[in-house]
Amino acid sequence: MTALATTPALLLTRAEICRRLARRRALLLAAPVVLLVYLTTIFFSFDLPGIAARMRPENAAVLLGDFWSFKTHVTLDRRKPGLDVAIEGEAKGRYAPAQFPGWVRDGAEPRIDLPDGSRVTYVAQGAVIERAGFGVIRVSRDGRQIAVTLPEGAANPDWLSASATRVDIRGPWWRFSMTPARTETLRYEPGWELFFFDLQSPFHGKSAAELAALALWQPRLEPERSNLAAMAADIWQNRMWRHGDVAWALGETVLMAFLGTFGAALIAFPLAFLAASNFSPGRLIRLGLRRIFDLFRGIDGLIWTVILSRAFGPGPLTGALAILLTDTGTFGKTFSEALENIDEKQREGIASTGAPAVAQARFGVVPQVAPVILSQVLYYLESNTRSATVIGALVGGGIGLLLTQAIQTQKDWEEVSYYIVLITLMVMAMDSLSAWLRARFIKG
Amino acid sequence: MTASPPPTAPPPTAPPMTAAYLALVRRRRLYGTLIGVLFVVLMASGWRTADARNAGSFFDGIAHVADFPIEILSEAARDWANLPGYLRQYLPSLIETLNIAAVSTVLGGLLAAVLAVLSARALAPLPWLVVPIRRSMDVMRAMPEIVIALVLIFLLGGGPVPAMIAITLHTAGALGKLFSEVAENADLKPVEGLASVGAGWLARIWFAVGPQVAPNWSSYALLRFEINIRASAILGFVGAGGIGYDLRTTLQWGQGRYDQVVAIFALLFLTIVLVDHLSDRARARLVQGGRPA
Repeated sequence: MTALATTPALLLTRAEICRRLARRRALLLAAPVVLLVYLTTIFFSFDLPGIAARMRPENAAVLLGDFWSFKTHVTLDRRKPGLDVAIEGEAKGRYAPAQFPGWVRDGAEPRIDLPDGSRVTYVAQGAVIERAGFGVIRVSRDGRQIAVTLPEGAANPDWLSASATRVDIRGPWWRFSMTPARTETLRYEPGWELFFFDLQSPFHGKSAAELAALALWQPRLEPERSNLAAMAADIWQNRMWRHGDVAWALGETVLMAFLGTFGAALIAFPLAFLAASNFSPGRLIRLGLRRIFDLFRGIDGLIWTVILSRAFGPGPLTGALAILLTDTGTFGKTFSEALENIDEKQREGIASTGAPAVAQARFGVVPQVAPVILSQVLYYLESNTRSATVIGALVGGGIGLLLTQAIQTQKDWEEVSYYIVLITLMVMAMDSLSAWLRARFIKG
Repeated sequence: MTASPPPTAPPPTAPPMTAAYLALVRRRRLYGTLIGVLFVVLMASGWRTADARNAGSFFDGIAHVADFPIEILSEAARDWANLPGYLRQYLPSLIETLNIAAVSTVLGGLLAAVLAVLSARALAPLPWLVVPIRRSMDVMRAMPEIVIALVLIFLLGGGPVPAMIAITLHTAGALGKLFSEVAENADLKPVEGLASVGAGWLARIWFAVGPQVAPNWSSYALLRFEINIRASAILGFVGAGGIGYDLRTTLQWGQGRYDQVVAIFALLFLTIVLVDHLSDRARARLVQGGRPA
């Protein structure tokens, strides 16, 4: 390609042109073949055929179910007195005995109404499951032995699995299980439960109209603050979803990106003058600085994170410094290139009025490079918001930390999906902000 | 932070304009100062907040910044004879990291190319698809790779495949946007020329748009490859195979094995510098030598 551009076209003979075209055609045909061979090698070296064996489809089912639904555990434990009703089986989602949801009737023989019309009753030494469209299943427990009695003449259905010590029955939107120690029914419902108010809040379980009435004209539930303030505080301190902590974490992530990006820009800007060939006081300084920029850029954010978290411990400061160090290298390089590309006439014009070097730089150079530099910095601000999430996951700060924690529990997938949505929205918001600022400050 | 120099002053014979000009300059200075003050306040309070919420404070930590590098480097210096062996030992992991980056760049680039021509206004065969495709590219771009990778590790188990899929998706979104910007700026005359001889949509894109966008597209893809190497190393650190995974394992072994950490750092550093350098040169050739401006 370059040869064509530099050699005068007239000197090329017809044969030469044909030869080059043939070579290009061969290259064009060879490229897909090479690519295909490479991808095939990768297919086997990444062990894609074996992935089917390693795949855990049951995890996918858990994950997809959790994304858009939640379950309430109704548990009777032989070692503990009384019925336990808890959302996701968690302590922070436990109902007080007087506040059980309407579908649970507590009593000597607790009864649970299920969404498809089935009904589970916990009786002494067992449980009775009235399954809609099937009949009555009796599960009885004798010591450590569990026995199942199906209705007369029914074949063993595939949604029931039973052994001597465990019975498991799956229904649409519910699941029943019994072991020698405990009897448990799970009831699934769509949505994210307790998203606004947790069970400890007096506003839990109220409809939107009731909440509006409470907020606007009804008497205060707590005399010292208005209902609206109480609602806001309850949402903020929601123990299930921790909205306050999540907001802080998002703020920390943006903070890491902001401090890292602008800190790097502030450090790199003066250094770029020393590293630009047309400003540098000496060749040695220039080359030395260039190598330092390369070094800082080449040491990946991952390495910086490892080194810095040894000194500063986990948290947003470590993340901000990791971004700052990597980007100082990047900015130093690009800023000095921008400085080398300026039009010298403007600076000479200012110099001809006898202005000192600082004034020359301020009025002859900065106006030329400011748009380039600013747009680069703003672009990095957006991309660093994403990096800050990743670095946060490594150093333990910001939303990245919450995300990895939620994934590690392997059961809070509704929180994982909530964080994913928030992260996506945060990055998109920073993208828009950076585009808006670029359009606002850099015209043309 | 004002971007342009103040406009030249009008001749002194026009006093009302001078006054207006001076007022304008004053207002600009005021805004400039306000933005400057706001920026300084944000920076100062930001660093203080970050410092307060960090486990260790800046001034306690700064004295110890060099401790870890010195420790690992001195161990490596003591056991320098092991280094070549470790470099060879971790080379396969490095190649895996590079492979993850390369495959994701290729697959993501191909996906991005399709999305780009479908979402470039002048070329799109189905105009109603333009906006949905752009929004989905925005979402793919905004989601950090680590999010997708961690979820996929849960589903597919560890190894390179989750990292590959995660980086591919992100690459498709990021490159798709850049590709479609290039495609939108392509000259439409060749497209019209081909259309006039009855060429179909695919032929128009392949022969009229393809040669115009190829240099810039490959240049962006190369830049993305550099970024993807770093991303693939980081994803390895959270369990997706490659050299990042080895780094985490060796770090967990702790003292006495830091020569291996140094070997991995060295491999990673050299690779990044080398690829940066090669791709810098290749991109310069592509963009300056490839297409007449």
